[in-house]
Amino acid sequence: MAVDLRIKEHPILEFKRGPKVKIYYGRKKIDAYEGETVGAALCAAGINVFTRSVKYHRPRGMFCAIGKCSSCMMRVDGVPNVMTCVTPVRDGMRVEPQNCFPSASHDLYSIIDRLGFKFPAGFYYRLITSPRSLSALYLKLIRPLTGMGKFPTANRGFKPMTKSEQRETEVAVVGAGPAGLSAAIHAARLGCRVTLIDENHRLGGQLIKQTHMFFGSKEYFAGVRGIRISEKLAEEVKQHENIEALLNTSVVGLYEENVLGIVQGNKFATMRAKKVIVSTGAYEKTLLFNDNDLPGVMGAGGVQTLMNVFGIKPGNEALMVGAGNVGLIISYQLLQAGVKVKGIVEAVPRIGGYFVHAAKIRRMGVPIYVSHTIKRTWGRRRVEGATIVQLDDRWKEVEGTEKDIKCDLICISVGLKPTYEFLYQAGCKMKFISELGGHVPLRTKNMETSVKGVYIPGDTGGIEEADTAMVGGKIAGISAALSLGYGDKEAEEFREKAIMELEDLRSGPTSARIRSGIEKALIEEG
Amino acid sequence: MVSDYEKTGVITLKDLEGKIPPPERFKKEPVAIVECTQEIPCDACIPACPRKLLSMKNIISVPSLDFDKCSGCAICVGKCPGLAIFIVDMCKAPKGKAWVTIPYEFLPVPEVGSIVRALNREGEDVGSAKVVKVARLSKEEKTALVTFEVDEKLAMEARALR
Repeated sequence: MAVDLRIKEHPILEFKRGPKVKIYYGRKKIDAYEGETVGAALCAAGINVFTRSVKYHRPRGMFCAIGKCSSCMMRVDGVPNVMTCVTPVRDGMRVEPQNCFPSASHDLYSIIDRLGFKFPAGFYYRLITSPRSLSALYLKLIRPLTGMGKFPTANRGFKPMTKSEQRETEVAVVGAGPAGLSAAIHAARLGCRVTLIDENHRLGGQLIKQTHMFFGSKEYFAGVRGIRISEKLAEEVKQHENIEALLNTSVVGLYEENVLGIVQGNKFATMRAKKVIVSTGAYEKTLLFNDNDLPGVMGAGGVQTLMNVFGIKPGNEALMVGAGNVGLIISYQLLQAGVKVKGIVEAVPRIGGYFVHAAKIRRMGVPIYVSHTIKRTWGRRRVEGATIVQLDDRWKEVEGTEKDIKCDLICISVGLKPTYEFLYQAGCKMKFISELGGHVPLRTKNMETSVKGVYIPGDTGGIEEADTAMVGGKIAGISAALSLGYGDKEAEEFREKAIMELEDLRSGPTSARIRSGIEKALIEEG
Repeated sequence: MVSDYEKTGVITLKDLEGKIPPPERFKKEPVAIVECTQEIPCDACIPACPRKLLSMKNIISVPSLDFDKCSGCAICVGKCPGLAIFIVDMCKAPKGKAWVTIPYEFLPVPEVGSIVRALNREGEDVGSAKVVKVARLSKEEKTALVTFEVDEKLAMEARALR
């Protein structure tokens, strides 16, 4: 019987799948459902090795599942290097692995990986030049063994970019997560014309994967599940006549005088905005350990996407790395999806996330190993287990404390860092503030950066929670509207109140680091 | 200072001192046990209580319950995002037994009358339990409120089931 890892019954979620379609992976026929991505369908069919890496032909599978890494790039309908994790399936689609012979799971060229002693990392094939007379032959032989796939054979799906058009808007909001949605709503409520741009096919950002009830204040959906919050905010955005939402659209640059470069399919356009709210959120960090690129090692967001958006079991036995809120919450969600969680390792000597999240999984029998880290993982084509080791108070491994854990999924949730590139390019003054997760723009208490008219609510300005992102969005949205002449005294008071709310949310002992980080990032008005 | 439960994820009765009503209170009426001891920004339970018995100074403080007036209606159990509120009932349960109500978000939801295993805060099997009631706050609500019967001495120990 064909493998089908789709979740049929879930305690919280209902998965509505579209009509059944067929796609081809090499010669294998695979069942998929409309609305799924190619990567998700492959995972559901139990395919671990999607393709092979560029140089050492190491197995590559799903990692981030949101189009941020290059692990799942395959040849789709004759076009190389397609990110299969964000490409929707279509009936009859042909998906092929790259850089392998005869197949991705059994690749003869992977012998190169075994010869690592001869070809260390950083080695470049063009350096094989002696004897000189044979170097041309070497190149000819080696070239096909490496590289980023073969040239496209089909025109389908590949068209050159069409000529640009110029658009205009009052407030452009980049990123439709909790901060962006909230900013768009509050700016629009005061009368601004708002354009909300997101690269995904639906509104909500990471909220659409959050099945747990949210903390926070009663004014901001405390006790409501993230997925419902996202539905409510998205509904208001769709209903509001002042907001235009551009989905499947990437912003590729923020230029002088608030001109945005946007790409929609194969169309490039520029958009002149009076105010720009950058709520692009954050990236996941990853961790260094032996064989951390094996299929089955996944980012926390990827695990959530597979499990909570597409309803696909990401593995059978999981090891979680990181006991922050994200690690704790996803461990609980894994249990709900029917995955056995073998343990959580955390390098710090205490649990980073909220105690109540930890208690939820502890009482289901999941151990938490504080002062432990993952040392290596093993397995041929997918993770088969991992070795964890205790750390002493100077972060050194304690000899003799290695412990082997059998698992087929390793979920990495070791924190997030703000998406800062965009703001650097825009010329915002930036600073590395470790308490906020990395490079962040300096900002006023109204969320405005050193570049006039550019605002940064949410994780872009420092890693926090969805509730602080929503309050931040409100402050940014109102500020943008006020500076455009919309709103009155009442709106100003409303903003002051929101600033107070944000301070309240950050007033607890769990937010001590955030407070000190924000202090370092604050600049004066004007 | 780091409390032990911040290392283990397991709270002890000592950590809960002052949050548990005196023994004679248990004999009067069912009561909510709020196992929330860390100052985090959350006040979801405050509007949940229909009789306004839960209170906190500000959003980050720890909730306190006026347990003399609490009737153990369990609405807060289904509303706490931390799943940290439980109901202990020693009145309706037969002598020597206690009823414990927990929020439950797994499948399958146990059926009334079925015998399950009770787990403590570390997930250890502490004895058998009989499911006496399964409820939901509303049709849309996904969190089930499962009430099971255990030995009286497990009333403050059993916090999950399998």
